[in-house]
Amino acid sequence: MLAPAVPKSWYLPSKPHKFCPGCGHGIVLKALGEVIDELQIQDQAIFGCDIGCSLLAWDFFACDSTQTHHGRTTPVMVGIKRSRPELTCIGYMGDGGGYSIGSQHLLNAAVRNEKVTLILVNNTNYGMTGGQMAPTTLPGQKTETSPYGRDPETTGYPTMGPEFLAELTPDSAYIARATVSKYKQLKKYLKSALKNQMEGNGFSFVEVLSTCPTNWRTNAQQSWNFLEDEMEKYFPVGELKNPLGKGDK
Amino acid sequence: MSLIRIALAGEGGQGVQSVAEILAEAAYNNNQQALYIPNFGLEQRGGVSIAFIQFSDVRIGAPKFHKADVVVALSERAVSRTSVYSGPETLFVYDSGFKVSPDELPREAKKIIGIPAIETANKELHPRVFNIIIMGAVIGLTKVVSFEAAKDALESKLAYKFEKNPSLRELNFKALEIGKQMGEKALQEGGAQNA
Amino acid sequence: MPRIIGNPKKSFVTGNETAAWACLVAGADMMFGYPITPQNEIMHYWTRLAPKHGRGFLQTEDELSAGFTVCGSVQCGKKAFTATAGPGNVLMQEPFGMAEAMRLPLLAIIQQRGGPSSGTVVYSQQEVTLTTFGGNGEGMRIVYSTASHQEIYDYTIKGFNVAWKYRFPVFILGDGYQAKMREPLEMYDPEDRGIEMIKPYPLIGLEGKISAGREPQHLCNIYSLEEELYEVVMKVAAEYEALEDTIVEYDEKYCNDADIIIVSHGVVSRAADDAVKALRAQGIKAGYFRPITLRPYPRKQLRAAIAKSGAKKLLIAESAYGQLDRLTKQEIFGENVKIENLFKPGVGIIDYDIISKVKSVL
Repeated sequence: MLAPAVPKSWYLPSKPHKFCPGCGHGIVLKALGEVIDELQIQDQAIFGCDIGCSLLAWDFFACDSTQTHHGRTTPVMVGIKRSRPELTCIGYMGDGGGYSIGSQHLLNAAVRNEKVTLILVNNTNYGMTGGQMAPTTLPGQKTETSPYGRDPETTGYPTMGPEFLAELTPDSAYIARATVSKYKQLKKYLKSALKNQMEGNGFSFVEVLSTCPTNWRTNAQQSWNFLEDEMEKYFPVGELKNPLGKGDK
Repeated sequence: MSLIRIALAGEGGQGVQSVAEILAEAAYNNNQQALYIPNFGLEQRGGVSIAFIQFSDVRIGAPKFHKADVVVALSERAVSRTSVYSGPETLFVYDSGFKVSPDELPREAKKIIGIPAIETANKELHPRVFNIIIMGAVIGLTKVVSFEAAKDALESKLAYKFEKNPSLRELNFKALEIGKQMGEKALQEGGAQNA
Repeated sequence: MPRIIGNPKKSFVTGNETAAWACLVAGADMMFGYPITPQNEIMHYWTRLAPKHGRGFLQTEDELSAGFTVCGSVQCGKKAFTATAGPGNVLMQEPFGMAEAMRLPLLAIIQQRGGPSSGTVVYSQQEVTLTTFGGNGEGMRIVYSTASHQEIYDYTIKGFNVAWKYRFPVFILGDGYQAKMREPLEMYDPEDRGIEMIKPYPLIGLEGKISAGREPQHLCNIYSLEEELYEVVMKVAAEYEALEDTIVEYDEKYCNDADIIIVSHGVVSRAADDAVKALRAQGIKAGYFRPITLRPYPRKQLRAAIAKSGAKKLLIAESAYGQLDRLTKQEIFGENVKIENLFKPGVGIIDYDIISKVKSVL
């Protein structure tokens, strides 16, 4: 028997999805859908979307979901989790929403060890608004607001999200960085991040390195090269904290 | 009783706000209308602390007022800080031990009254009951609450302290009595000076 | 819901304590808040009361977070509230806007402090514009401006019901004076006054399994097409306007034959009330009009008061530089009255101020 082509937890009326060709979001959401199926949490999951490209996922799943504001997905998810701990709250955001406009929420949710799962897609730029420099833009990388390349002298170095969150959280938090180029690992990390919440351990966070051919102005090969050769070198992929032991059990 | 407005002012830690609260609560417990509001600006720590209290038979309007019927200044700084609340109908009360120059005293007042509260507290009672003497003086000057009502209010507010040390009860009640007499006397004598 | 107060209880308390008790007896499940003077004691009392009654609290990292956590809590079916003031109210306009757009029945208690900017921690009526029309929206909110502790108590209870019945965010607009002063209050359990508290219900996290056929709930808050948004806003506006007559509240005295009507709101209306009585005693025909709801504004009622009195003048008295004034003018545009004002931004107004002003303009 053939495996079903799409996860059961996908919301079919919203397909095909609305992301650009070559965008990594679809890969993250496919992995997340499979994990939701495997953990059988479709009925208890609340999926919250930030504004930015991540908002295009708002009706991606056949799960209850809500849209929020730029950077405010974290507090909305925290409000829900604090009110209804039986729900599994998944916040979905980009690097701008998480590390810039919503950074105080991310930082403090981590410090308080809020029992939510946050997935942050890092594509080194603001996609929806037209390719501006993000906290994660690499040194020298050209964007609409760093047309001569990001200069760390004047704009700082890329935000190392999982690294700083690992510093802020107790050992019961789950912190990892995945990449859309390593699907099995991505899925494993997402699963652990959800299990960590479901077991009531604590804050769970996965940054996912992803592609943005539209704003990078790259073709398929160039996109993949930038992801694997530039981003993965700068942003080390792996688990920084895993209270569940050796990853997926 | 028509509306009576009182401003109590002193240094933080002198117990100005507690006295105001006890007085207002005593009036409330005796079925009067009362309204108490502290000043709570940035100056409340390290500045002059002021309590605004109003008593009436009918619902009280605005929480604050321009001119008080009675102003009590419990520190030298409080004298100049509160002179703004003193008008032609105001009894302005301060401690006769303060060194204040005449130009620091309010320009307008019905009477300016000096009472020896600090000296009496230090010599005859205990420095800590200074504020209770003042509370007594307010009652003596205004009759906003009866002596018995004030005692009841003190009892309920300080019950936990009295329980631990019953001699405190007597000390506080004595301070209240002495203060009340000071207030009544000041009123009869026509005050230390007229402005 | 178990009764909390039991026999009606008279007490001599601050407005902040009043607000916390009111939220408790109204059945509020959660408070999310961030410290800012002069509302802090609402949190202080709530954090002491809440655990004894199985209610929740979270001190968030800022007011943005407090507002958005309330939005989340309300979305999943909890009666949630927050309280703030001044710059905190500015930050909360973002989540309040989301509540307007998504029709989230949150309740917020605003204890106005002095402005602009950090202003004072004390008092003002300078958050009227912000609370009624703040945010990038159309002011689809319900704002009760209270004048006494009893009203803080009564309207907080009512506010939760209005929010959950009509799904518009509700604001209890107090001020630093009301927050900090002590005055008499009678506390009661709503059911003892025949008030049935509306049970909250979830918008997401619903009963029933999606895997067994329930439709998933996708709450939308951003639209691709202008026309989509237009339809949503027009629908909300129509629903809001249809409710105005039901929701509007006001108080009016001595307006039948008034030459001048004093319009004030909140704690200033207490001074206006005294002033009107004093003026009448002196033979001056002054009237009193107080919008209790600032949104929606009792425009028909004020127009009617002007018409029946034949008043030639209105005096708008407020502890702000023209916020009630602007609100009132836009609501009674076209009335043939001269509008005088008594603006005292950030300081209290007493009866004497109003009496003097009336005499100077008559």
